[in-house]
Amino acid sequence: MNAAGRAGALSIRNAGKIYDPEGLHVVALEDVSFDTQPGEFCVVVGPSGCGKTTLLNSIAGFDRLTSGEILLDGGVLARPGKPPLPGSDRMVVFQQGALFPWKTVLWNVTCGPIKQGRLGKKTAEVEARGLLARVGLKGIEDQYPGSLSGGMKRRVEIVRALMNEPKVLLLDEPFRALDALTKSVVQEFLLELFDEAPKTIFFITHDIEEAIFLADMVVVMTTRPGRVLKTIAIDIDRPRDYRVLTSERFVRLEREVREAIHDEARKAFEAGERELA
Amino acid sequence: MAQVLAPVVKADVAFRTAAPWTIRIRRLLRSSRPYYTVLGIGLFFLSWYLLVDIFKVWRFRELPGLVASIREWVNPDPTYGVSLFTAEYYAHIWASVYRVVSAFVIATFLGIAIGVLMGWSRIFRGLTFPILEMLRPIPILAWIPLAILLLPGREAPIIGLTFLAAFFVTILNTLLGVRSIDEVYFRAARSLGFSETAILFDVIIPGAMPYIFVGLQIAMGACWFSLVASEIVSGQAGLGYKVWETYYYVQYETMVIVMATLGLLGYLSSALVRIAGNRLMRWRARLLAGV
Repeated sequence: MNAAGRAGALSIRNAGKIYDPEGLHVVALEDVSFDTQPGEFCVVVGPSGCGKTTLLNSIAGFDRLTSGEILLDGGVLARPGKPPLPGSDRMVVFQQGALFPWKTVLWNVTCGPIKQGRLGKKTAEVEARGLLARVGLKGIEDQYPGSLSGGMKRRVEIVRALMNEPKVLLLDEPFRALDALTKSVVQEFLLELFDEAPKTIFFITHDIEEAIFLADMVVVMTTRPGRVLKTIAIDIDRPRDYRVLTSERFVRLEREVREAIHDEARKAFEAGERELA
Repeated sequence: MAQVLAPVVKADVAFRTAAPWTIRIRRLLRSSRPYYTVLGIGLFFLSWYLLVDIFKVWRFRELPGLVASIREWVNPDPTYGVSLFTAEYYAHIWASVYRVVSAFVIATFLGIAIGVLMGWSRIFRGLTFPILEMLRPIPILAWIPLAILLLPGREAPIIGLTFLAAFFVTILNTLLGVRSIDEVYFRAARSLGFSETAILFDVIIPGAMPYIFVGLQIAMGACWFSLVASEIVSGQAGLGYKVWETYYYVQYETMVIVMATLGLLGYLSSALVRIAGNRLMRWRARLLAGV
């Protein structure tokens, strides 16, 4: 775990992205730069339409940049002109969920290492059962995702991502559709997994409380054009549980992030009003 | 934490366990559905009996009666030579079933292959879609002369026409099915390191399956329709041919028997396609149950 734990330094340098459908020239990202240390939990917060997902898609290899570059452990992931290329070193947990509904949980979870030829079927299944049990999902291996609850699906999807031993885990508002109680349960499972084996995590949300609860570093982004407004180190000791939510330090950090983001949210809202008008 | 979650997991496991068929039948009998089915069929036959046999209503009195038709059907020595006990009856059934099954199987394989290709490749779709949309609305009856010119013998044109009807439906539904798959599954597959072959067999085909099976059910109906049409025109055997022949020789009871047989076979074949679909798409059981 140490060797793998060392890897995962993500470096975003002057990243820019301009969408130009029919000459509209929408600047989604402008001069975004920040670095994450290996094994750091980095959460990006910002109002809707601030380019968070565009940034994540560029890291994941679904989208290309129009300026700047993104490096992972010194290797170039994205730069203008480079065709996007997804890879199992950067696993994505999608906002709307992407478990294959026509395959069983066990198939979903083991397919990565098996398709990559990294693990045999038997070994992958033993490992998968272990990880599923670890997040409280024993005995659901042969079910189809359609019969699972939202919180269970999210956990299965996180397990599927971790099975690939990625250098970076990318999560795009993964808990958005969950109710508050389920959300806090799944957050705690994620934190437990993270504390056991720290891994670079790039997590997108617009929920400030969630951001601070999970993160080592919170990156606040501005509304369009998406820029980095502020990066805030979250110096709350780990392991964390729900009790830190009411601690004095947490409340202070929350106020700091909220103040940074408030004006931006307002701008985004007014821009939306203008677009509608 | 685990304590809170345990009951949720258990409930889901219980839900997924399929009930044995005895319990399922008992549950079905307790619902109102089978009784309405029986009642509906009963009312249908009763109206036939009243209109034709009893009241001999105008325009209906020429038709074969319910009693006469059933009597002919179960007669070991039928007046017009066709009943449950004659070899000729099964020869016609076999001729038609053979044609429908061959046409349907070929249409399924070719239709799915071409539909997947059209959904997968933008170039292939661009090349073929306009042609498909132009050929598809041409009624099967209009294809009959061309089929006779193009295909040798008597059997091939009939199978060809039957095939054609199912073919277009299968292509179109497969294409729609492939296009309906959410982009997110392709992204996930690429991230997970799937090869293009794996994407085809583990994402595209299962993802398009619900649409494909809707298409196959429609295709099965289309098969029977065009089979009968082409048998009437150019057949020497088969149920469609027999319907026309019995009309020509004024053997109306037999005509009704053959029509009823066509109906039963059509119903049965659609049910088989549906059962096969449910078997292959057990992952949709819960979605279909509306839970």
